[in-house]
Amino acid sequence: MSANATEGTHDGEWLDERETRWRLDRTWSQGRGWLAALSTVDHKQVAKRYFVTAFVFFFLAGVLALLMRLQLSRAENALIGPDLYNQLFTMHGSTMMFLFAVPIMEGLAVYFVPLMCGTRAIAFPRLNAFSYWVYLFGGIMLWVAFALNIGPDAGWFAYTPLSGPEYSPGKRVDFWAQMITFTELSGLAVAIEIVATIFKQRAPGMALNRMPLFLWSMLVMAFMILFAMPSVMLASTFLIMDRLVGTHFFNAAEGGDALLWQHLFWFFGHPEVYIIFIPALGIVSAVVSAFTRRPIFGYPFMVLALIAIGFLGFGLWVHHMFTTGLPRLGSSFYTAASMVIAIPSGIQIYCWIATMWQGKPRFATPLLFVVGFILVFVIGGLTGVMLASVPMDLQLHDTYFVVAHFHYVLIGGAVFPLLAGTYFWYPKVTGRMLSERLGKWNFWTLFIGFNIAFFPMHYLGLAGMPRRVYTYGQGLGWDSLNLVSTVGAVLVAISILILIVNLVRSRKHGEMAGANPWDAPTLEWATPSPPPTYNFRHIPLVASADPLWQHREQLPVMRGLSVDKRELVLTTVLDAKPDVREPVAKPSIWPFISAIAVGAMFIASIFTPWAVIFGSIPAAIAITVWFWPKGAPPPDEEESEP
Amino acid sequence: MDERSTGLHSIGDAMGRHAQDIDALWDVMLWVCGFMYLLVVGFLLLALFRRGPRRDINDHTQAHEERGLSASLATWTGLIALGLFGLTLFSYFTDRSLVQAAADAQIAIKITGHQWWWEIEYTDPNDPSRQLRTANELHLPVGTPVKISLESRDVIHSFWVPSLHGKQDLIPGRDNDIEILADKEGVYRGICAEFCGLQHSKMHLDVVVESKDGYSAWYERQLQAASPPSDPLAERGHGVFMATACNMCHTISGTDAGGSTGPDLTHVASRRFIAAGALQNHRDNMRAWLANPQAIKPGNHMPIVSLSADQLDALTAYLGTLQ
Repeated sequence: MSANATEGTHDGEWLDERETRWRLDRTWSQGRGWLAALSTVDHKQVAKRYFVTAFVFFFLAGVLALLMRLQLSRAENALIGPDLYNQLFTMHGSTMMFLFAVPIMEGLAVYFVPLMCGTRAIAFPRLNAFSYWVYLFGGIMLWVAFALNIGPDAGWFAYTPLSGPEYSPGKRVDFWAQMITFTELSGLAVAIEIVATIFKQRAPGMALNRMPLFLWSMLVMAFMILFAMPSVMLASTFLIMDRLVGTHFFNAAEGGDALLWQHLFWFFGHPEVYIIFIPALGIVSAVVSAFTRRPIFGYPFMVLALIAIGFLGFGLWVHHMFTTGLPRLGSSFYTAASMVIAIPSGIQIYCWIATMWQGKPRFATPLLFVVGFILVFVIGGLTGVMLASVPMDLQLHDTYFVVAHFHYVLIGGAVFPLLAGTYFWYPKVTGRMLSERLGKWNFWTLFIGFNIAFFPMHYLGLAGMPRRVYTYGQGLGWDSLNLVSTVGAVLVAISILILIVNLVRSRKHGEMAGANPWDAPTLEWATPSPPPTYNFRHIPLVASADPLWQHREQLPVMRGLSVDKRELVLTTVLDAKPDVREPVAKPSIWPFISAIAVGAMFIASIFTPWAVIFGSIPAAIAITVWFWPKGAPPPDEEESEP
Repeated sequence: MDERSTGLHSIGDAMGRHAQDIDALWDVMLWVCGFMYLLVVGFLLLALFRRGPRRDINDHTQAHEERGLSASLATWTGLIALGLFGLTLFSYFTDRSLVQAAADAQIAIKITGHQWWWEIEYTDPNDPSRQLRTANELHLPVGTPVKISLESRDVIHSFWVPSLHGKQDLIPGRDNDIEILADKEGVYRGICAEFCGLQHSKMHLDVVVESKDGYSAWYERQLQAASPPSDPLAERGHGVFMATACNMCHTISGTDAGGSTGPDLTHVASRRFIAAGALQNHRDNMRAWLANPQAIKPGNHMPIVSLSADQLDALTAYLGTLQ
């Protein structure tokens, strides 16, 4: 199956390689200029925006964390007052969870899922553009509010009745609740794109049992988003209605229930942790495999473990509510369910280490971050086991022990893998390698700084320090460890600065990467770095789980897609047999305009309920134009070549 | 740590039956989880740095080794399951014992959470006249099980005295309770553990555990109405209290002051702290608090009442007599 003489087809003629590239470039061009930039539907372009936006939010939320650490560095510190401090931790939590962790994983999926599937575009590319804009507008709205000193201050969990109309007057909490609407709308859209892309656009031959674990993890994440996020959208909508139009969903005095909020929020909130963590597992699998030069040991167990975590993640939410006085016997079931999740997690850890055992580990920066991930995350997992126990939780709930726990889980379980993924995939996205030397500095400062910052918090929690306090008294014995923790936080900040330097410098001065610098096995490495807008000159054919290791010289490819029309091949769900050719949407400005219309409606509805009615008119018009039938004839299916 | 000033406030210093049960569970958890962590780290280091044959993708002759690793995967999974099963059982039985103790409580107390202080009511089922209302300082007899019912008037708070027991939330519209049994005399510190707004950080509670006699004596003292001020300065302070905004929110029994928005001040001078743990209770602190409560606990619901220096001195002196 060599591709030397004959390349693409054009009205039955064979084209040579140069001609094929030229025509594909022309067909898939996203255009130039600012209008084209707002209209692009290239999933890689959109994903890069996700990366940059999410990283900016990560940086901003990190600055807030540093401010909090400075305030807590000594007892009775007067640096920051309670009003600002409460905004700081609310913004830190909300930004990290809703504007950084989930969107960056979504961005990663948007970039790499189509590439790993070996397809030319993401499913529903215009929806994809729309969802990015909605996310961006939601994030900007929240941060503008914060900059104007009307940032939310009721915590990222916004418990009622504290977040209700009586105890949080003003618009602060409304901005928070509406930000939820923005980001969850965006998240749901991305989830649908990911599921559709993975189910229907995998390269011919990539049966489910040949799917890279990264794709499996993104699939599980997408399904979790679909089931978890409606719950928090419902909750935040109830909250806005309580605040804006005087309903009483959460007002006990009028027959509502304050705890209803906690059930709805945590039914989303706990799966949310896994929505962040499961893609990270996919990154780790990709990195471990590439840097030990082995397929991951126990592939079927890994897949089952991912799916098991996806299901079990929905059965644990009550362990956030053990102190609310729910029936104790019932709570014990949630203890058991929470503990069970350690089994699939333990299996995954084992399989990665077993892969390292068999293979030949190469200690490049991505693998270092994976080792850091295991060392840090397992501590978080084990303290999670402790917190799952009702009696332990009665003591530890809402203390700094919990703060330590979930930072070990989220920084260990998501940020370390993300950085592994950054060093791993940066060459694919930019065409240049990141500096290994700075990478090692980045790793060691983060690993050491993180542990100095967060390990002492376990002890502080045991010593009785509650969360969300803007100051604490002298004589409680919390001073010195808080100072240590702050020093660690500064080291983490330095590490992030090293990362930024590396990211910016390597963009221009990094070593050229080539298509597959790490000799990795999956399809995203089968195309130049950075990939062309159409991803693959020819759609690859897959016959194993590690296609690039199986076919060292030349990947077998499928021909027959037009070079003059945007189209891709749909395959069957289970076996990925070629099914039909599917046209792909062209760039359009209307997703952007629709996002503006929808965003304006959301923001205006903070101030008056009438905005929902009048704001829906421009939104409806924009969306109608976006979906207006173009009258294109259906694609001729007989044309496709076997 | 100066125990006299702040009291014990640590899960590790377990001085109540329930806290001790939980502390025992913590020890088991720490050992089991620590052991599992060492296993993981050991396996990881060995996997990364072991000598011996290693294979990469081009080498397909590893069937024997795969079998070994699969067998140890099964063992590993079994070990995790066993460990979890053990911990779940231990946790379950600890929980049962925490709950069962609730049957034989001898004293009934109601605590109501406010932004940002604790209202405490003692009731005597046999004699309604022996009802007692105080704030931010809970007195208990040693070795006696006590049942505390927990309510909230505004937002969710959480009652937590780590040396005695775990937390229990105070939720508007819900009836929760907690039982505690202190084994040792002493002062234990509590703090609100659910974020409840601006001054969540300064919502402490002192628990003074005394001998049974000491407790009875305290109770009898607290039942008394405030004695009228004797010295002229305090008398003037009494006048200030009644003539300005103070009496709108605070009660001093035996006087005309009957407000219920703020803490009952009948025996405020007997308490160790003022403003829910924000300041130690002595003359200078009290004066500073009265002069500008917003400087000490910004955002709290006590307004700044503009008083002259003389009035402040008098009011401070009067409150100091309310033993």
